[in-house]
Amino acid sequence: MVSPSHFVALAVILFVIGAVGVLVRKNAIVIFMCVELMLNAVNLAFVAFSRLHGNLDGQVIAFFVMVVAAAEVVVGLAILTSIYRARRSASVDDANLLKY
Amino acid sequence: MAEETQSLTFWILAVVAVAAGLGMVLARRAVHCALLLAVVMLSLAVMYALLGAPFLAFVQVIVYTGAVLMLFLFVLMIVGVHSRDSLVETIKGQRLAAAVVGIAMLVLLTLIIGHAAIGPQAAFGANYNGSNVTGLAQLIFTTYVFPFEVTSALLITAALGAMVLAHRERTGPKPTQRELARRRIESGRPSPLPGPGTYARHNAVDMPALLPDGSQSQLSVSPVISGREQFEPREGGPVSPGPGEIAPPDSSGDQPEQEHEGARW
Repeated sequence: MVSPSHFVALAVILFVIGAVGVLVRKNAIVIFMCVELMLNAVNLAFVAFSRLHGNLDGQVIAFFVMVVAAAEVVVGLAILTSIYRARRSASVDDANLLKY
Repeated sequence: MAEETQSLTFWILAVVAVAAGLGMVLARRAVHCALLLAVVMLSLAVMYALLGAPFLAFVQVIVYTGAVLMLFLFVLMIVGVHSRDSLVETIKGQRLAAAVVGIAMLVLLTLIIGHAAIGPQAAFGANYNGSNVTGLAQLIFTTYVFPFEVTSALLITAALGAMVLAHRERTGPKPTQRELARRRIESGRPSPLPGPGTYARHNAVDMPALLPDGSQSQLSVSPVISGREQFEPREGGPVSPGPGEIAPPDSSGDQPEQEHEGARW
């Protein structure tokens, strides 16, 4: 029997994997993908809690998270392409003009 | 029976999702990361359906896998498919620190969930299963109508921002036709480059063209393809001459060809 706590546990695991990916990876696009993985994990937790409580508010919040994530990806990828056009690199290590 | 199917689906998909997530962090090529992320998103969509959220399951497939991930792949193709992460650590001990932070976070969140005493799930409410979409619509347009309107403003702003950020101003004057023709003659190769596979044994794009003297032209293979690591220069053997045809002159070995950078594209 699968209870909502199983889904929440899976959401925790996926969230941690995404967080480690953000910390470890260097390609800015891959970092974006890891952020998306974290957002997806949070969505899964929202839907699981919605099922747990038997009302739909969690699903509505997950829906809003999806919309905001889509907007975030659009703007972030546009910034990435303009950075790539100027510097010919998508690595976060190369964008260090503000360092020191 | 239904419960058994549900738990079987959950366990299979949970393993698939976690494995794909780990692979996403570990894969060195960005395209592989994107495809593994698609696997995670699709399995999450099935889980939403398991949890009685059919609308979100479809939105997950359409918006996330269909739109967001395709946008990722699109930008990956612009930014460079064959870009790989370097394995050099710029900050010393960064990976170790990240692993420690990850394990600490996992332990912390697991403890929180373990203490949270998540009870048995409530019975399916009136708004579940059959009338899921109706219930969501009622909530969005009554309780959550103000956030919904704010969301529409956010979407318009994001679209405008993406257009502004991706727009490129022309810094130099546009080259005239005269200027282009002059550059072409100066480059030393006024003719277009040979297409791949011309007169070769078959016309795959990675097959170098045969020049009229029988030598191969590596210039005919696109640098995008020859830059791939699995690319091996192929032997574009001449077509065996049929009866009545003139055999091409036998010249094995590549003739050194000039690099015409200017006329490449």
